[in-house]
Amino acid sequence: METVTLTIKNQPNLYLEADNITPDAFAGKKAEEIADLHVYVGKEQHRLGEFFEVSGRAGATPGETKIVVNGDLSRVKYIGMKMTAGEVVVNGNADMYVGAWMQGGKITVNGNVDAFAGTGMKGGELLVKGSAGNYLGAAYRGDWRGMQGGKIVVSGNAGSDLGTFMNGGEIVVGGDVDVHVATHAEGGKIVIKGNAKSRLGGQMVEGEIYVFGKIDVMMPGFAYREDVDIEVDGTKGRFALYEGDIGERHRKRKGQLIYGKLYQRIGA
Amino acid sequence: MAEYLIKNGFVFDPVLGIKGDKADVAIKDGKIVETNALRAPEVIDAAGKTVMAGGVDIHAHVAGPKVNIGRNFRPEDKLFTYKPGRGIERMQGGFSVPTTIRTGYNYARMGYTTVMEAAMPPLYARHTHEEMRDTPILDQGAYPVFGNNWFVLEYLKNHEIENTAAYIAWLLRATKGYAVKVVNPGGTEAWGWGLNCENVHDPVPYFDITPAQIVKGLIEANEYLGLPHSMHVHANNLGNPGNYTTTLDTFKLSEGIKPNSKFGRDQVMHHTHVQFHSYGGENWGNMESKATEIMDYVNSHDNITIDIGQVTLDETTTMTADGPFEHHLTELNHLKWANSDVELETAAGVVPYVYSPGIKVCAIQWCIGLELGLLAKDPMRVFISTDHPNAGPFIRYPRVIKWLMSQEAREQQFNAFKHKDKVIEATNLAGIDRELDLYEVAQMTRAGPAKALGLAHMYGGLAPGMEADVAIYAFNPNAPYAPDDIETAFLNAEHLFKTGVQVIRDHEIASNGNKRTLWVNARVNENPQVMRDVKEKFLRYYTVTLNNYEVTGHHYLPNPYVIEVDATQ
Repeated sequence: METVTLTIKNQPNLYLEADNITPDAFAGKKAEEIADLHVYVGKEQHRLGEFFEVSGRAGATPGETKIVVNGDLSRVKYIGMKMTAGEVVVNGNADMYVGAWMQGGKITVNGNVDAFAGTGMKGGELLVKGSAGNYLGAAYRGDWRGMQGGKIVVSGNAGSDLGTFMNGGEIVVGGDVDVHVATHAEGGKIVIKGNAKSRLGGQMVEGEIYVFGKIDVMMPGFAYREDVDIEVDGTKGRFALYEGDIGERHRKRKGQLIYGKLYQRIGA
Repeated sequence: MAEYLIKNGFVFDPVLGIKGDKADVAIKDGKIVETNALRAPEVIDAAGKTVMAGGVDIHAHVAGPKVNIGRNFRPEDKLFTYKPGRGIERMQGGFSVPTTIRTGYNYARMGYTTVMEAAMPPLYARHTHEEMRDTPILDQGAYPVFGNNWFVLEYLKNHEIENTAAYIAWLLRATKGYAVKVVNPGGTEAWGWGLNCENVHDPVPYFDITPAQIVKGLIEANEYLGLPHSMHVHANNLGNPGNYTTTLDTFKLSEGIKPNSKFGRDQVMHHTHVQFHSYGGENWGNMESKATEIMDYVNSHDNITIDIGQVTLDETTTMTADGPFEHHLTELNHLKWANSDVELETAAGVVPYVYSPGIKVCAIQWCIGLELGLLAKDPMRVFISTDHPNAGPFIRYPRVIKWLMSQEAREQQFNAFKHKDKVIEATNLAGIDRELDLYEVAQMTRAGPAKALGLAHMYGGLAPGMEADVAIYAFNPNAPYAPDDIETAFLNAEHLFKTGVQVIRDHEIASNGNKRTLWVNARVNENPQVMRDVKEKFLRYYTVTLNNYEVTGHHYLPNPYVIEVDATQ
């Protein structure tokens, strides 16, 4: 595994659209070639090297390439977008769309990410050591294909609209989440270790939500079924199982209607 | 204006009957002229290349409110498709519902110069014209929809042809429309009552008229006026297994009616996107192709033209004034749905759709469209379309041409189907070895649609006196080629002239053209009853006044081209 290190040296006046910061775009390139890759500031095209100090070299393939990005990246969007393999480590806070549409490999953010991280994600791992903004693992605006696969783990809190239109994969949030969880979901698994507010599973057709803490307001479309003893992400406990969204269409499996499942922890 | 001489190309022109012979095409003052009429032309070397008239699209949804609903509610259609402006080329975006700018440019890149918007809700004619105005290069016209219009339903219930004709003439003038369009006759009005008309004898609630009466009456009114185009119909029961009988019943409504038009067309009915109307079987499990039955009828009846509505196997955006059908579709695919009612006139729905080669029904639909094209005995009456964007985006026309021209290309697609054997069993396509030639393609994409539109004197050919709309493709029909070479060439015209202006030069957009909007001004005898009905309906029912309804002035039609029809008697 070869490592490329990017250190931000000039902050953009607006925001930097840096969807080229991926092992896929870097693979097979030397530092100076990587510095020549384009980034956008508004409608203007610039060189990556105008904003970043580039050192090291990439591996021959994305899978053999590791990218370390250092500095304040709170104005840098699309890090790791569509990546298929390899590794990206972000040492700082990143702006929107980190790991959007990623298909493989691993992104670790030692800081916070803004909205739309893991949008439409199909595979790979996205680890956020800080907190995530809104629309984590959701679908792009208008699209019905949210997160399809892979895993997102956020150590801190997540914002609103988590896992909108989620169809597969797993999201684990260590802290609290804001409103709207798994709206329109047709699959996938969301684990919330802290508290949730309201509107969990609105128009949810299939999939699972686990909440360890409290839920301010339960959706009226969810019906209590039973208490179950299960293990979730390494934690054993007793959970109340709700099914919904009762108002939505649901497919049948072996004659049984399949609902979205919402588990709330009620005891150890 | 500039003079051009396009030299030594392989010319395919059904108007002059040139089938790939080497010939020169001369352009002067916006028209095709004899080569000896030129003084100092700029010479375009077309040696080894294919030369045709500009393409004519008889049916596409490219402007107006439902197209814009598609743009608005599908931001994901624009994702990663934007192209920034450069030079004279303006910013473009979108795939199945592209921006107006991309619509103009992409048609031009395919060598098309005339495109008809197939369904204009009269109430939103202003919006439709604003979008057409903003679509560069192309000559365009729009067909207002009549098949669910309260005036029409009331007049035709009593078979009042003269009043219907007077109303059509008034509405064409008010909306600056081009032709009489009918979408799911009666069914869309029934949808306002939560119902539909599933066959030609299924009565419309309240109005107590049948689709058969509407269609036949509108054909008669159309011929009473002698409009350039015939009545243009999307029949009842679109997209349902077993619907081919409804289609044949609709065809039969044209029997015994002769065209009355000085514009040179031979048909009294154009039936659009027939692929969607050629299904056998009782359900999606046993749905099968009835293209043979449909084409047997079309081939033996000269007063009908059709376009195929080819499924292109893409993710696209369906949109139609067939309101009940779009509801049916969203119930099938569970994707988002927009629905709109247009007061006394029509309705519309919009639903995204993914035609997947992994789904048997989609593959059967793909076969049916090509069967229609390949079973056509007279390519002057069967036209290439994708019912853009319903069966696929127009940008796939070159791919449709490839499939029609190459059995090898069709076999490649068959092999990519997940349920190949079941698809072959339910269709006829695998047993058809016909490969269209470029002359037949020119008939299906140029001369044929131009003639059916009553515009054979302007478009679709290269005879002196016609509009200088000329496409030159980097394709040598006499050299060996792979199927994909056809698609590549037709997707990317090397040069394109539109009314004598070079709009594409060396594959690049060179001009935003001299776009015109065509509309039909049909003059009829004064008809006080119809004018009184119009005033009364606007007072009683419409949310707008007449003054806020009519399309007038430079704002909407900066460059109009009026076709005059005298139906006074």
